[in-house]
Amino acid sequence: MTTEIEAQVKELQLKMNKMEAGTKDQLSMVVFSGELDKILAAMIIATGAAAYDMKVKLFFTFWATASLRDPNKKIKGKNLMEKMFGMMLPKGTGKVKLSKMNMCGMGTSMIKGIMKKHKVASLEEMFRTAGEIGVEISICEMSMNLMGFKKEEMIDYPGMTICGVATFLSDAQESKIQLFI
Amino acid sequence: MTTEELKRLKSDTIVDARGTACPGPLLAAKKGIGEINSGEIMEIYSSDEGTKNDIPKWCQKMTHEFLGIVEEDSYSRLFLRKA
Repeated sequence: MTTEIEAQVKELQLKMNKMEAGTKDQLSMVVFSGELDKILAAMIIATGAAAYDMKVKLFFTFWATASLRDPNKKIKGKNLMEKMFGMMLPKGTGKVKLSKMNMCGMGTSMIKGIMKKHKVASLEEMFRTAGEIGVEISICEMSMNLMGFKKEEMIDYPGMTICGVATFLSDAQESKIQLFI
Repeated sequence: MTTEELKRLKSDTIVDARGTACPGPLLAAKKGIGEINSGEIMEIYSSDEGTKNDIPKWCQKMTHEFLGIVEEDSYSRLFLRKA
């Protein structure tokens, strides 16, 4: 009898969890792209949503993880492949390029000038603001491993964690908004 | 509120977000609203055109009362009452 009730309670709990899905005032976003324009868009939406009092959770994966590297941090103990990836990929937000019209870097420096003129915050400033306003960032562990990035070479961002796809999925499931950039 | 009424209104705090682009004014508003009490009036200065659409929407979501806009030469003054 008790096992029957237990089974029923479990079933009800599962149903409740499903009913609660997508009801939190929360934004979950996969930041996949490693280009200046796409990360900027992600950060503007993220900080804007935080200003809307939404809980914001960013899941950095693949090319986007390179932008979270701190150019001033150097670490030892990488193998040849990891070193190569480290060299080929942009080291931090200052080095990311435009997805279009990069023109060997000319386009990127031009857009940075235009951004300054129009008082659009730089990526560095956006990350600082995001940290202050409580935007949560987690980094995909698999991407870090693939590219040979270590936690020690990442920027100092408040509460930044390393996690896997399950974290994103459980966050995304209860979020009203899910985005992939 | 009419423009005249708004001009006579005394704000409890003024947030100057002139010279910042999206989402600057919104972030400034979010910061400013934390510094006043319920029922008090906040005024936002913005030179960003989009803010005039954004702030009323933000107010609606946050249940603040949007009071209106006064246009100045190179910027707008947006008024709201904290919920």
